Amino acid sequence: MIEFIRQFFQPEMSFLHLALVVGLLASPALGVIGTLVVTRRISSIAGAGAHAALGGVGIALFLQRVLLWSWCTATVGAIAGAMAAAIIVGIVSLTAREREDTVIAVVWALGMSLGLLFLDKTPGYVDLQGFLFGNILLVTTNDLWMTLALDAVILIPAILFYNPLLATCFDGTFAVLRGVRTSLFYLVLLILTSLTVVLLINVVGIVLVIALLTLPAAAAGCFTRHLWSMMVCSGILSALFISAGLVLSFCFSLPSGPAIVLVAVLVYVISLLTGSRRRNEGSAAGGN
Amino acid sequence: MENIIEISDLNFGYDSNALNLENVSFSVERGCSGCIVGPNGGGKSTLLKLLLGLLVPTSGSIRIFGKAPVEARSRIGYMPQYHKLDAAFPVSVLEVALMGRMCRNFWGRYSQRDRQAAMEALDEMGIADLAKRSFSALSGGQRQRVLIARALAGEPELLLLDEPTANIDPGAEEQFHGALECLRKRMTVLTVSHDLGFVSRGIDLVICVNHFVSLHQAAAFTAAEANAVYHHDVNMIKHTHTCFCNCSGGERCSND
Repeated sequence: MIEFIRQFFQPEMSFLHLALVVGLLASPALGVIGTLVVTRRISSIAGAGAHAALGGVGIALFLQRVLLWSWCTATVGAIAGAMAAAIIVGIVSLTAREREDTVIAVVWALGMSLGLLFLDKTPGYVDLQGFLFGNILLVTTNDLWMTLALDAVILIPAILFYNPLLATCFDGTFAVLRGVRTSLFYLVLLILTSLTVVLLINVVGIVLVIALLTLPAAAAGCFTRHLWSMMVCSGILSALFISAGLVLSFCFSLPSGPAIVLVAVLVYVISLLTGSRRRNEGSAAGGN
Repeated sequence: MENIIEISDLNFGYDSNALNLENVSFSVERGCSGCIVGPNGGGKSTLLKLLLGLLVPTSGSIRIFGKAPVEARSRIGYMPQYHKLDAAFPVSVLEVALMGRMCRNFWGRYSQRDRQAAMEALDEMGIADLAKRSFSALSGGQRQRVLIARALAGEPELLLLDEPTANIDPGAEEQFHGALECLRKRMTVLTVSHDLGFVSRGIDLVICVNHFVSLHQAAAFTAAEANAVYHHDVNMIKHTHTCFCNCSGGERCSND
């Protein structure tokens, strides 16, 4: 550990600092969005968004290198891809009678296929592995500013509109009857979820990002009684998981994404077995 | 007496080529308590959603307080079935009751008056002591009462209850009927039930829904009429409603 601390402060470790800072800064956003994703049960939509981001990355890099559109970076592509997925799934689930899970699966697969096809035709080296499983070397100072902006975009409305948000998540139909614009909340939630997902792709990768979104919130849900405390607790857990995972990955030279996710799964299972909600349910079952 | 609900020549179908409710016309007076009965799939929930403005009639009109249902929503209290909500959702009983006071201002902030109204509603349902408890830690009967309190917190003039006694144990059901009889004294209450035993507990009006809708005065509602709605023989237990606010249940005299 002492060795780790000494090495951690070496200047050549700046990529690790950056990954850690981005991870920690993303934690408040993760806490809020993760909690909403878990309580609204839309983790599969977040998954579709993450995979559709690869489609965006593929198209963006292809345009950047073939048509020489220099502004068309992987990040721009990822954001566009994930947002398009969120909007498509959102509109379909709000309006059409199509089975929602089918649409999610289609968007998920379409994103991956487009991404792989375009990346295959993109000249030059592309770090596909990095997009899929995360590569903290890819984290840049740009990510840092974007994460700060994302925190602001998520936390401010979440605090201002906490009550209607709570009503929407708990019982959407009743919220509609009380005049809450639940469809708008839902679409905004999907878009913010996509943005959160995109920012974490470099740290944990497309495949594992849903785990980082859902596990801290699911663990927090085992021992919190309010939506806000679940958000706070889940934010703190996210920060812990990311730090612990990065330390483990550094000490034992493991890939960062799986290290973070395994820490999260471990804590989730422990919470599930010891959480207060479980005890509550047990005691309520017998009574009236 | 003023008519709170007026439905005329209403047709509704989820599909354009098949109607679920056909040629529905009826009205409900202020202060009346009604029970919406009928077999599963007969259109009870559909009728409820039409009254709430969650569905739009294919043809015909619904007026509630003389307005379209969407505009009348703030005066309607609605209680869904508790088991349709997420049982593990992290929310306290008071927070749920407060949702009945939602959107009296843009940000959805609650005032001291809102908190007071929510607590009064919980108190009326006899669960004020549970206010700080987690909603998910309550029994089915308690959760259902929290949801009625949420509807009452909005100070409605019309209360719509969707199967209030489904999935709760018989002891809780008795308490429930007592609470409902109190409410019927001061507002218009329509209760959806698949349970015909519900019919005569302080009910004035029986609204039978099975593709068509027919209205009966509760006192005159007989087994023969119930059979006609359900298209098969039903067993009916008729309850007289001789009881007052603080007693639960009623003296039963059963006949066929």
